[in-house]
Amino acid sequence: MKTITLGTENAYKKRRKSAWKQLKNQKYLYYMSIPFVLWVFVFQYLPLWGWTMAFQKYKPGIGFFDQKWVGFEHFRTLFRDEHFYQVLRNTLAMSFMGLIAGFIVPVIFALLLNEVRVQSMKRFVQTVSYLPHFVSWVVAAGIVSKMLSTDGGVINDILLGLNIVDQPVQFMAQGHLFWGIVTGADIWKETGWNAIIYLAAISGIGPELYEAARVDGASRLRQMWHITLPGIRPTIIVLLIMSIGHLLGTGFEKQFLLGNHLVIDYSEVLDLYALNYGLAMGRYSFGTAINIFNSVISLMLLFAANGVFKRFTNESIM
Amino acid sequence: MGVVNSNTQVGRLKQSLQAKSAHDRFLEIIVYVSMIVVTVLTIYPFLNVLAISLNDSVDTVRGGITVWPRQFTLENFSLIFTYGSLITGFKISVLRTVIGTIAGLISGSMLAFTLARNDFQARRFVSMFLAVTMYVSGGLIPGFILMRDLHMIDTFAVYILPGLVSAFNVFVIRSFIDGLPFALQESAKLDGANDFTIYWRVILPLCKPALATVALFLAVGQWNSWFDTYLFNGSNESLTTLQYELMKILQSTTTSATNSQDTANMAERMSQVSPESVKMAITIVVTVPILIVYPFLQKYFVKGMTLGAVKS
Repeated sequence: MKTITLGTENAYKKRRKSAWKQLKNQKYLYYMSIPFVLWVFVFQYLPLWGWTMAFQKYKPGIGFFDQKWVGFEHFRTLFRDEHFYQVLRNTLAMSFMGLIAGFIVPVIFALLLNEVRVQSMKRFVQTVSYLPHFVSWVVAAGIVSKMLSTDGGVINDILLGLNIVDQPVQFMAQGHLFWGIVTGADIWKETGWNAIIYLAAISGIGPELYEAARVDGASRLRQMWHITLPGIRPTIIVLLIMSIGHLLGTGFEKQFLLGNHLVIDYSEVLDLYALNYGLAMGRYSFGTAINIFNSVISLMLLFAANGVFKRFTNESIM
Repeated sequence: MGVVNSNTQVGRLKQSLQAKSAHDRFLEIIVYVSMIVVTVLTIYPFLNVLAISLNDSVDTVRGGITVWPRQFTLENFSLIFTYGSLITGFKISVLRTVIGTIAGLISGSMLAFTLARNDFQARRFVSMFLAVTMYVSGGLIPGFILMRDLHMIDTFAVYILPGLVSAFNVFVIRSFIDGLPFALQESAKLDGANDFTIYWRVILPLCKPALATVALFLAVGQWNSWFDTYLFNGSNESLTTLQYELMKILQSTTTSATNSQDTANMAERMSQVSPESVKMAITIVVTVPILIVYPFLQKYFVKGMTLGAVKS
């Protein structure tokens, strides 16, 4: 008994010694990572500590322990605010439209581009399709408003020219068009970029599959349906789950830049609500409550999506 | 992509010599028509903006400019270079792009190097610690309060420091380093190099493709961001960026004076409603630097995107 204890003690000492030695051996690895871990802690984790504000009557300039705690009061105010439900509706509507369009359109684009047999054309179209991804939303929103404008906007010119309308449509001034415009702008900007991963997945499909299908007399349309599409299914699922996780985090830049006071009933999303009714008015605690609501819903959606897909497809990203 | 296609090229050639089925011909038409539509939809707006920016501003009001200027002039461009706020904005934008990209590359590659080392004790912890930030963020207001408490409002540092470490970029570089033979590091170690030397002398030079990808992401992100300026430095004229200035100018007509989103700048806006062609000229100035760079980095970022998506 005693010898065994001694033995393990020795082993323990030895292990501790070697762990210490390893620590010393790896000191440069620690030097090269610890500063950045601290960095991430300060800039990414400390804001999470700021969530406590939502449960306080936060006043700037006084210490954390001197703040008055109010429990869930700000959340109650939030859920009683009728405006909140309008904002939530807008956020969900634009997020879901963006989600559906943002994964269906790039898949279709990738499938079609893959069928282009002239290599130089394929490369050209692909390079062009990335272009809008690299411009800022400021520029993209400017371009979209320009194209849709009532004086000299190309869309109105076409509609007038084809006699579909007899007066220019005020696209940017009609609330019920706003969700569509935002989704369209998103498609215009990101389709080419989002297709990159699908194209990479398509190129990973073995050519022997296509050859076998051709021998069996399958048309290219059938090859697309029975080989290419199933071949990129795992990629589609992973990206879909990830975008569901980012559903409410899709941002507010588009809405901020494309919106105006005429369409605000349709353009205001959760982050803008937090900005306008929290930050701009100095109601930090209320604004934080909105941010928390947003983050919690996002995480729940991510886990729910992952769970559902896991059950049906045995694939998971976490 | 290329390899797969050249493998089956012969087969396809044979096939195309044979009569195509009606299905295939139908598909072919759909494919080529949609590719042309995509190309036109993407390029036309940019050509239109370019044409207007090169057209006489009075003539532009008549409308009808498509992809070619009617009365060619460079006046719009020479005019915008007399705007003081744009010159400052240009300087700040260039500065933040250069500094932010270099700082981000160094921090990202260092972290990636340590995370690619299987023998590193803290590897799992650091990895998890980073991955969490990809899904959870404190949000707008806690972030704003933190910047205020750190006294970073109205400083240039607010453009660089908060985004210095990006989990996505770290994972892109790490998966590239994972693909390099570990024997390189071992032999350098036998030659007496310490881990920092291995990183700096051995790994970094080999990582150029991954670094090019991340550099592009960082540079584009820095050059294009405007909201941090709006939030933190909007009132400080010596620190506003080009994108922010463009935003102010573009919003001056798309929104009227009663826009509730930003009433503070109302008076300023009213006084500087610029003609269409000047707006388009600024748009071109803001857009062109990136459009020149990205096609050359295409093969890198396509690979980088794929690696990053697989790993994360």
